Amino acid sequence: MQSSRPGPVILIVATAVAIFLLMPLIAVVPVSFTPARFLSMPSGTLSLRHYQALIDNPQWGQSILLSLRIGLLSSAIATTLATLFGLGIWMFQPRFSALLIGFVLLPLVVPPVVSAMTLYFLMTALSSFNNWVGYDTWLGVALAHAVMITPFAVVLILVALYQVDRRIDLAARGLGANLTTRALKVIIPNIKFGIATAALLAFVLSWEEIGVTLFITSVNAITLPRLMWMGLRDNIDPAIAAISVLLIIVTAAILGIRIFFERRGASELK
Amino acid sequence: MIGKSATSRKILLLAPLLLFLGLAYVVPFLGVVRWSFTMPEVGLGQYRALFTDPLVQSVFIRTLRICLVVTAAALVAAYAIGYVWVRGSSVQRMLAEFCILVPFWISVLTRAFGWLAMLSNRGLINTWLQSAGIISEPLALARNELGVIIGMTHFLIPFAVFPIASAMRSIDERVLLAARGMGASRTRIFWTVFVPLTSGGLIGAALIVFVFALGFFVTPAILGGGRSVMVAELVYLRIFQSPDWGLGAAISVVLVLFIGILLALMRRFIKPAHLVG
Repeated sequence: MQSSRPGPVILIVATAVAIFLLMPLIAVVPVSFTPARFLSMPSGTLSLRHYQALIDNPQWGQSILLSLRIGLLSSAIATTLATLFGLGIWMFQPRFSALLIGFVLLPLVVPPVVSAMTLYFLMTALSSFNNWVGYDTWLGVALAHAVMITPFAVVLILVALYQVDRRIDLAARGLGANLTTRALKVIIPNIKFGIATAALLAFVLSWEEIGVTLFITSVNAITLPRLMWMGLRDNIDPAIAAISVLLIIVTAAILGIRIFFERRGASELK
Repeated sequence: MIGKSATSRKILLLAPLLLFLGLAYVVPFLGVVRWSFTMPEVGLGQYRALFTDPLVQSVFIRTLRICLVVTAAALVAAYAIGYVWVRGSSVQRMLAEFCILVPFWISVLTRAFGWLAMLSNRGLINTWLQSAGIISEPLALARNELGVIIGMTHFLIPFAVFPIASAMRSIDERVLLAARGMGASRTRIFWTVFVPLTSGGLIGAALIVFVFALGFFVTPAILGGGRSVMVAELVYLRIFQSPDWGLGAAISVVLVLFIGILLALMRRFIKPAHLVG
């Protein structure tokens, strides 16, 4: 590895890229402390009024709770379906595996705006015969999110499954374990981190989903991104800077801890 | 009997997701396809409009231009930071990974807003430049095509890094040592050995970035300010402002066909695992 450590040119370019990647996330911090009522850099005095607004305006709290609820439900649906599907592909290796996988990845490669229209069509169709799951309902949003995030869960679970040694499954089979035992006692314990990561990513993707949500909600099911969108469009509300700062801190902290422990774990193995 | 029960169990595992996506995604998409032929009236009128309407044409051309610029910019950026992520010292790697993954996990809305905070008239850059006396009037950095390109490149860099880094990781170290042993300089090894060996990853990255860029509407809608409309945003605007569902549906069908053909031709370069890091 020593022979090809990054040289000065690449390091300079990479540093510029790193700054470019982090810059917009840092820029929201000063904006969130502006005393003005519009998007601006604070000049002189700092103010916490936009953080206060997050507490005072009950809409923010409500939309956070709604997004949590939708994220948990859609992530549960997506992870369950993806785990079953992944097990089916791995254990049976059906003849058209590649085709089946390609099919379930459709919502990922189809442009978000097309998926949004498609799910709008679904929601209006569902709304015509029930009041619970359909246009502008939280269950409808959860269903639509489940469609959009399942492909990601499938990919993560398949990646985890491909790292499982087939011989342990063969051994279980040779010892007379039936399919359910093999799945529950042998395979799933070996991919439990993959399943957990899939559930986490699915939750995060639902939590921040906006493209589809924009099409299938109007006044009742206002998720957090939907509320942010409304404040971003015309007169930009600096409260969005405040909520963005909080979201960035949480994400960066979780990832920083994860990367730190992964690296430490890796160096301990060496 | 065993064969039969194995088949039924296979179906039990595979069917739920296939049925779910079939009913909740494929069937409604067919509904959208039908709209494209029936709204506002039955016929091919919407498709004719698609290929003749000068407004739609100009949007298509702008979309293609933006997508190509964004793809090129994201690839160069991803290659540099990907290189440090794969081959840097352990501290460099950790920093690179942090800079790649944090934006990846943060929502597209927050990131677009971050760019507004950077680029808008009262944003970070203009405020600094004005207080330093370098400019007197704010520069038009957002609410135009430049803003869209910056925001989209930012969004897509992590997606370009994953396939490129994976290609870099799978390079056989001995090939590089051999080149070095035969007296090639570092620069020469990089350009004539290292880069060609990652070409598969580069093509995969280019495809992913291009396809994602094509279907994007949240970032252009926020950073373009309605002045630099791309094709996906046109669909959104046609539906929510004009209500012209037929044209929106027709554009959707054409987009899906185009992407389908592109991916089918290039499928050997796409590895699904690269989409999630």
